[in-house]
Amino acid sequence: MNAGDRLPPLEIPITRTLIVAGAIASRDYQDVHHDPELARQKGSPDIFMNILTTNGLVGRYITDHFGPRAQLRRVAIRLGAPNRPGDTMVLTGTVEEVDGDTATVRIVGANGLGDHVTGTVTVRVPAGAGEGLSTGAGGDSV
Amino acid sequence: MSGEPEVHEEFEARLKAYEGLPAAATGVGRDPVNEPMIRHWCEAMGDTSPAYTGPDAIAPPTMLQAWTMAGLTRRPERTAAYDELLALLDASGHDAVVATDCAQEYLRPLRPGDAITFDSVIESVSGRKTTKLGAGYFVTTRTDVRAGGELAGIHRFRILKYAPAHRPSAPAERRPRPVVNRDNAGFWEGVARHELLIQRCTACDTLRFPWLPGCNTCGSPDWDTVAASGEGTVYSYVVMHHPPFPAFEPPYAVGLIELAEGVRIVSNVVGVPYDKVRIGMPVRLEFQRYDDELVLPVFQGVTS
Ligand SMILES: [Zn+2]
Repeated sequence: MNAGDRLPPLEIPITRTLIVAGAIASRDYQDVHHDPELARQKGSPDIFMNILTTNGLVGRYITDHFGPRAQLRRVAIRLGAPNRPGDTMVLTGTVEEVDGDTATVRIVGANGLGDHVTGTVTVRVPAGAGEGLSTGAGGDSV
Repeated sequence: MSGEPEVHEEFEARLKAYEGLPAAATGVGRDPVNEPMIRHWCEAMGDTSPAYTGPDAIAPPTMLQAWTMAGLTRRPERTAAYDELLALLDASGHDAVVATDCAQEYLRPLRPGDAITFDSVIESVSGRKTTKLGAGYFVTTRTDVRAGGELAGIHRFRILKYAPAHRPSAPAERRPRPVVNRDNAGFWEGVARHELLIQRCTACDTLRFPWLPGCNTCGSPDWDTVAASGEGTVYSYVVMHHPPFPAFEPPYAVGLIELAEGVRIVSNVVGVPYDKVRIGMPVRLEFQRYDDELVLPVFQGVTS
């Protein structure tokens, strides 16, 4: 785990099912996340992903990479282009800083419209916990 | 909203007054942290981490906000102050909302059985910002989430309350349909072939327009047609400013056109600014398609 390490990208097809399942799993019943007609009345051409789902996907991206013992300490995201059905979001990440067993990872989730999400995640990776971690020799963590 | 800067300043001062006031006071999570909600979340996210299953399961940390959500039927636990702030923004036309930022700190893991309580404060209200979505105000709240009374996470959330720059426009209105009947069907058949047909009395050769069942000169019911050459002049005109009708965009010129054959027809004068139409202006017939079904004879101004 070194500054500059790149995480392998994660491609997430943005299906209608994912958007609705994510909204309901996060108890978010705002109509723009499940009702296309009402979304259109509010100026969006279709339903779009809620921020809680984006947050969950970002968290998953980090823990998928660093392993189940990795502990999320902070997730800070900013939304840009909406995730709408039929699009694909590609999450990428770069380790920005390593302080002992804690890494700060800069993440970007880009879709066909632009950057859907940008942010930073602080994750603690106890020694020997990570599956994708460098042993210190090669420096390539993926 | 007015575009006057001092009006914005006064409004912004009213919004700023809400900073530091509680947004939710001791909200109680609808359900304690529980396995089914964790499972539904993991299924939706495609998260297969073993950390979230089994006897030592923790909840995915990013579920922090989900435990505070009111759900479908329960009113969100908002204070009167927060409701007022949102109402103030709604009333000023900033009635659309979108979440823009979420920053969460996780102090200790949440486990099934943890009872959730939370307090929320209005941390900041921005000045007026212009965004791609429309002009609006960012409202940031900070929520302290507790498990069994112990601080477990801090959730900062920013929304944009905005006046949509692109309100959906009403579906395009179609022009009114002509009323086609036994007496004028031949005229509309001609239009469909891009011919402007004038009726001619076969008894006395008088041309007549619009179409009628009998001759105004001799009373004969017998007729045939001649196709107009398409040349004409503006005999008179009006410019429509008000009221607007669906499918018509005022201002526009309506002309009474005298055809070269001598009869007159009411139609639009096109291709010339509405305020440049003049009596005596030469015009030429053309057929304009308005939609799948509707073609109409209109008159192009000849300005040379
Ligand atoms: Zn006659």
